[in-house]
Amino acid sequence: MSGRERVLGRVRRALADVPRDERPYEEVIARDYLREHGQRTPAKTADLLARNLADYRALVHRCAPGEVAATIAGLLAARGARTVLVPAGLDPAWLAESGAERVEDRAESTPGELDLVDSVVTGCAVAIAETGTLVLDGSAGQGRRRVTLVPDHHICVVRVPDQVVASVPLALPRLDPARPLTWISGPSATSDIELSRVEGVHGPRTLEVVLAGAE
Amino acid sequence: MSGTYLGMPAFPEAARTAVRDATLRGNLRHATHTIRAKRAAAVAEVSDWAALREAGRRIKDHTLRHLDRYLEQVEASVTAAGGIVHWAADADEANRIVARLVRETGESEVVKVKSMATQETGLNEALAEEGIRAYETDLAELIVQLGRDRPSHILVPAIHRNRGEIRDVFRAEMGAWGRPAPEGLTDTPAQLAEAARLHLREKFLRAKVGVSGANFVVAETGTLVVVESEGNGRMCLTLPETLISVVGIEKVVPTWRDLEVFLQTLPRSSTAERMNPYTSMWTGTTEGDGPRVFHLVLLDNGRTDTLADEVGRQALRCIRCSACLNVCPVYERAGGHAYGSVYPGPIGAILSPQLRGTGSAVDASLPYASSLCGACYEVCPVAIDIPEVLVHLRERVVQGGPAVRGGNRVVLRPARGHAAERAAMRAARWAFARPGVLRTGQRLASRTRRFHPRTLPGPGRAWSATRDLPPVPAEPFRDWWRRTGGGADETKGAAR
Ligand code: SF4
Repeated sequence: MSGRERVLGRVRRALADVPRDERPYEEVIARDYLREHGQRTPAKTADLLARNLADYRALVHRCAPGEVAATIAGLLAARGARTVLVPAGLDPAWLAESGAERVEDRAESTPGELDLVDSVVTGCAVAIAETGTLVLDGSAGQGRRRVTLVPDHHICVVRVPDQVVASVPLALPRLDPARPLTWISGPSATSDIELSRVEGVHGPRTLEVVLAGAE
Repeated sequence: MSGTYLGMPAFPEAARTAVRDATLRGNLRHATHTIRAKRAAAVAEVSDWAALREAGRRIKDHTLRHLDRYLEQVEASVTAAGGIVHWAADADEANRIVARLVRETGESEVVKVKSMATQETGLNEALAEEGIRAYETDLAELIVQLGRDRPSHILVPAIHRNRGEIRDVFRAEMGAWGRPAPEGLTDTPAQLAEAARLHLREKFLRAKVGVSGANFVVAETGTLVVVESEGNGRMCLTLPETLISVVGIEKVVPTWRDLEVFLQTLPRSSTAERMNPYTSMWTGTTEGDGPRVFHLVLLDNGRTDTLADEVGRQALRCIRCSACLNVCPVYERAGGHAYGSVYPGPIGAILSPQLRGTGSAVDASLPYASSLCGACYEVCPVAIDIPEVLVHLRERVVQGGPAVRGGNRVVLRPARGHAAERAAMRAARWAFARPGVLRTGQRLASRTRRFHPRTLPGPGRAWSATRDLPPVPAEPFRDWWRRTGGGADETKGAAR
């Protein structure tokens, strides 16, 4: 007998007590929890996002849509970044004012090569205010998962207000499960040593978020 | 399960040793109290916690009750997305499958992200026998692996080690596994984390095979979800060419939407965060991004035996948040190792004896490793009634009865040689020697009276068969004494 038949057979025998006509999923799952916690204007939602990002030690910068290039250039310069990784499909205007050398991410770029780049700039798919979370889905301007993982400095641009949602329940319908998704809430961290929080173990140790939109 | 840790003493003996170890107790107390307070604050932030908890309970219960259907759906959707699904009835089968898959890649090392399932099957040891080296990459697991130690907490496996000990382990052992610890390494957490970053980075960058577990598998889409903090999970899930995920069959949820419940309750309940730093979700393989080959190994290993028990099956709802460990007065004093299993604490006390059976001394004693205080049930984000299952398992140990073992119906005999009540009495003696435990236990015994058996276990049964046990008073004597100033002021109301 294959492992499959053995396991499924055991499951079925174990569930002999379950009536065949049990109420279906849709009826059983009560969803009387909230879609979002509290009512906010889009501006207040953006404020909450900024607060929660900062609370988990992301560095948050707000600017008008036209100031993205200048903001990014300033952040790269302040960091002393000599090279910046560019994921496929990134809006070229975002890097127009930076003097850092551009390194295009290519299919054959090895992790070792990515490790030598100072910074990476990406967009995101959606940002969640209540939890201070950015979600990347690998579409244009967001790169393969490894580009936001190996370099030590990640700058992520969020278009406010259209990419911002209040809560996790409002974020999921906007995301495509068929894409590889990375949810990022602050830089990587560990509390494994006597529960002292230390930022940056394996992912980028510095996460900077540019909230681009009218204040 | 591959059995208890070799030579593992039953819970009371192990607990007694641990309780005497002052360092261990100090570390544990600091750790559990810190997490406990933070968690309460994180939970209080969401006003609909009770509704989220109820939804989580129902989603998991419904899935378990129709698990055959959902497993078939997982198989279909993962396969459609380019993954390859394997089924493992027990630990050996799972280990054999993984070893074969690794051998087929031609590689002799793998990077691993912390996974309870592979710990349960003893995968690292099984791979070592095949000449394959498995590198643990979670900081705490690294500490445990380098220190040739055992994990003692689901979430913070090195919770029993303080910073000085960790520095010593890094200095002494890192060199033998790869990049040695930096010169002059001190014991500040930041420096220790940096040492781990450097040590592991060279492994991540060259790794060809990754091994993981998963927190959730979505049946309708075939999506796997891994929730983590450090980024080692992302490294293992995205850099290697081949990814092998070993996942217990109870990790399934029906729909994409169901994640909206657990992605709110799990981080708050486990690390007391609004959201953990990194969550990875992947569905099969994606051209040009991440592993080109993805294997999913669905693991039974005693889960279907647990599922066959109508009272005990609720233990399979567990999402491994570890909140129940952090509130448990017994865990706080005894530590994780005393449970003799990869699943310590209250959840371990109900899960291990069900997954492995109550044949060994440690498994027979685990249902007694509790004062039935009910704190674990209160915090559980999927509302597992741990005290109810404990009492049920105690009855099983003492009285025997029908059960399913390895997929076969068996009738368990009462534990031989009165081992059970011996264990119970030792556990009781252990608790009675510690007024703090006793106080909590008694107070909560009052609140949990409905769970108490009407008959005494073992030789007491003959005695209680013809007598009613005196009911536990609604308020313990000690509390009554304190409240009324020794009876002087009976007018004061009871607390709460
Ligand atoms: S039993 Fe409940 S509280 Fe304990 S680890 Fe599992 S989900 Fe968390």
